[in-house]
Amino acid sequence: MEEKNVYQPYLMRIASIIDETPDVKTFRLEFINEEEGKQFNFLAGQFGEYSVFGEGESTFCIASSPTRDGYIECTFRKMGRVTKALASKEVGDTIGFRGPYGNTFPIDRWKGKSLLFVTGGIALPPLRCVIWNALDTRENFKDVTVVYGARSVQDLVYKHELDEWEKRSDVKLITTVDPGGETKEWKGEIGFVPTVLEKAAPSSADTIALLCGPPIMIKLTMPVLTKLGFSPDNIFTTLENRMKCGIGKCGRCNVGKYFVCKDGPVFTFAQVNQLPPEY
Amino acid sequence: MTDKKTIKKSSLDDLFKKMMADGKRVLAPVRKGETVLFQEVDGYSAVAADYVQTTLSAKEALLPRCEEMMRFTTAQSTVSLEEGPAKPSPVVVFGVRPCDARSIAVVNAVYLKDYNDALYKEKSDSTTIIAVSCAKSDEYCFCTSVGGSPGSTEGSDILLTLIDGDTYLAEILTDKGKAVVSIAPALFAAAGSEVKEKHLADVPVQFDLGALEKKLPGAFDGAVWITQSLRCIGCGTCSYVCPACTCFDIQDETDGTRGMRFRCWDSCGFGQFTLHTSGHNPREVQSQRWRQRIMHKFSYQPDQLQVVGCVGCGRCSRACPVDMNILQHIKDIVEAR
Amino acid sequence: MQDKIIQKAKELLSGGAVQVVIGYGQGTGDRVRAIFIQKPEDAGRLIMDGRCVQNLAGYLMKHEVRALGRAAIVARMPVLRSIAQLMYEEQFKDSDVAVIGISDANELVDLPDLNALKEYVRANPLKLTPEEQAEVDRLDAMTREERWAFWMEETSKCIKCYACRASCPMCYCARCTVEVNQPQWISVPSHDLGNLEWHIMRAMHLAGRCVNCGECTRACPVGIPLRLLNQRIIADIADNFGEEEDYALAAFKPDDKEDFIR
Repeated sequence: MEEKNVYQPYLMRIASIIDETPDVKTFRLEFINEEEGKQFNFLAGQFGEYSVFGEGESTFCIASSPTRDGYIECTFRKMGRVTKALASKEVGDTIGFRGPYGNTFPIDRWKGKSLLFVTGGIALPPLRCVIWNALDTRENFKDVTVVYGARSVQDLVYKHELDEWEKRSDVKLITTVDPGGETKEWKGEIGFVPTVLEKAAPSSADTIALLCGPPIMIKLTMPVLTKLGFSPDNIFTTLENRMKCGIGKCGRCNVGKYFVCKDGPVFTFAQVNQLPPEY
Repeated sequence: MTDKKTIKKSSLDDLFKKMMADGKRVLAPVRKGETVLFQEVDGYSAVAADYVQTTLSAKEALLPRCEEMMRFTTAQSTVSLEEGPAKPSPVVVFGVRPCDARSIAVVNAVYLKDYNDALYKEKSDSTTIIAVSCAKSDEYCFCTSVGGSPGSTEGSDILLTLIDGDTYLAEILTDKGKAVVSIAPALFAAAGSEVKEKHLADVPVQFDLGALEKKLPGAFDGAVWITQSLRCIGCGTCSYVCPACTCFDIQDETDGTRGMRFRCWDSCGFGQFTLHTSGHNPREVQSQRWRQRIMHKFSYQPDQLQVVGCVGCGRCSRACPVDMNILQHIKDIVEAR
Repeated sequence: MQDKIIQKAKELLSGGAVQVVIGYGQGTGDRVRAIFIQKPEDAGRLIMDGRCVQNLAGYLMKHEVRALGRAAIVARMPVLRSIAQLMYEEQFKDSDVAVIGISDANELVDLPDLNALKEYVRANPLKLTPEEQAEVDRLDAMTREERWAFWMEETSKCIKCYACRASCPMCYCARCTVEVNQPQWISVPSHDLGNLEWHIMRAMHLAGRCVNCGECTRACPVGIPLRLLNQRIIADIADNFGEEEDYALAAFKPDDKEDFIR
């Protein structure tokens, strides 16, 4: 039998585009080959290689929830060659997608627990997948708390969804912007994520924390979570490193002996603490 | 039980011709100036004689320096993907050293584990390795320190060992090896009681591999990486001449409509290798990249893939423009307190 | 000569003028290699003989070497030329480096500061040796087709390991043109076009800057005679601009014979 070329992407049609911020976009992607779409499955936390043919591939998470069938979504910032080319695409255009790759958040093991999401800026997308997964199976979890910060109001992504979560009685949403990043209409907190988290002081009892953000935020938030009583094996994150293949072969995303693409990207802080600082 | 035969050196040209008539491309070491490189040959007379090691390894038969992964055609909003690269034609690589043949196990571990890399697998399936034992070695060789030997059969389909001036002992090791014999059975004779061992180079064991593997996990933060790599200039020579280095980059090229995606050799020695788009680099300086090279081969791969990512061919040290000698550096790490 | 270098290195280190001396020491077998002497008592490991040809100047730009402190460098003519060029390109301040200079006649040259180095280099302009010129002439005498075939054959061996770039003190760009990808000027894959583009681009970027140390050719693992490209350009520059310029391609003269720049 002919072996499938593992590097050959699915062809995806851009079904919709949301401009999240001036340089961040969310694409909804549908499989052009419906049969491929039907067979496609993924779990929260996994990622893929998105390609613009002629420019190359770029790695980001699947930002939509596996509970939503028929499409995947990705959210990316216009940064390099591929993301700039992606950003110039329009609804109806074709791009490539390989995946899903990597391990997953062990959501099944969290049944009956509370979930605390702590995140900042463009790091919300990987957790947004888990948030919607939890909200779509809301009966499986106790409290769901989201603490989300950005440099400014303009830099908050998924604004329409933040509004939706704000209105829901079964989600506690705390949004914050850095001092100076607020607008006149801003009703959320003003301050950095660790400070806001400390003030909110969510309970760590029977709670899983998911922490994802820029390195400085992680560094300053970890002591707060520890103070709140979270143990490192109950704090999950998702790491990123430069990748090409996504499947443990091209050799560049390793942190010590683990490949972020294959052994991650999801790690507990108990695991991260054992890793050399190569991310 | 390995099938042992003999074949005369003077019959090799006939063997080459028979293999070519059978539709196989034959690659063999050819001398070019100061280098010895694997190239397609049309007869045995082109094969280089009297060299310890080829300049580049035989890995290029399986992992080309630049390999087409797929082709695409783009229009306004549509894309069509073309059939993958044409099936590779059968290749016989002649004159591979036993260390290089052993490196195939490393490449297999990387490319066939979890996700089966069909581009590699097809080439691997259609390639026959006729290795030649080492009758001589040099100060850079250390195959015996990493589990190999100058007469190791691992990874070869046929291993030839010169047992007198004109006769090779031929160990027929696999079905692919048998297939070669079946093309030209008359060229092979039954072997007597010849043993290859006394015809092999003497390569002394230079360090304790187990001790190295034990030591490395605790050595990440040591000063040794900086000291050893002060003179490393950060080129990719060591990786590119290495038979067991498998890391690659992926690149697209297009004329605007039709294009190709390639994979190309890449090296952990390059600063760009791990550079994030944001400008952040987890391995900012050369000493961290040198550490990665040693850790990957002698700690991470043994731990994760159960293979040592080095076969002791010594090429990286021979080719290094600044004399980074891997054997010496490993010995220093093993012996450091 | 070697003893004088060792003596000088000891003085510089024990007096605290420098924290490291970059020179040549024993390598594998009969090879020599760059060594980094940090203690006066280790200065005896320094070697100076005919094997000591690696251009060490690039190490002056390396992060881990700079982290050791102020450096002195054992510098034969190509290294001196490299340092002069790097100064011209404002890669060093005078205070960054001390030099243990060695003339082509194998004498220690007293170069108390980098201005003295610049003067010394200016007084000894770069010239191709008759043997080098003969090799350039041999290529010149070829027909275009023959020359094309020669370079295609040579560059087809290239594996894009970038040892030519890494070994060259003049290749210090934080982001090399081949790594600039918006747009991608130079093909990354090591196919015929990619290899040719790479070597032509590199030769052009070294025009007027190459010091003819030969490091690219020595470093190349597959034996491409890369310096021939640069030597041809050196010969061209000498023919067109004379030999006294610091940096022919960046110098402006009101009486320039070309009019496109006016």
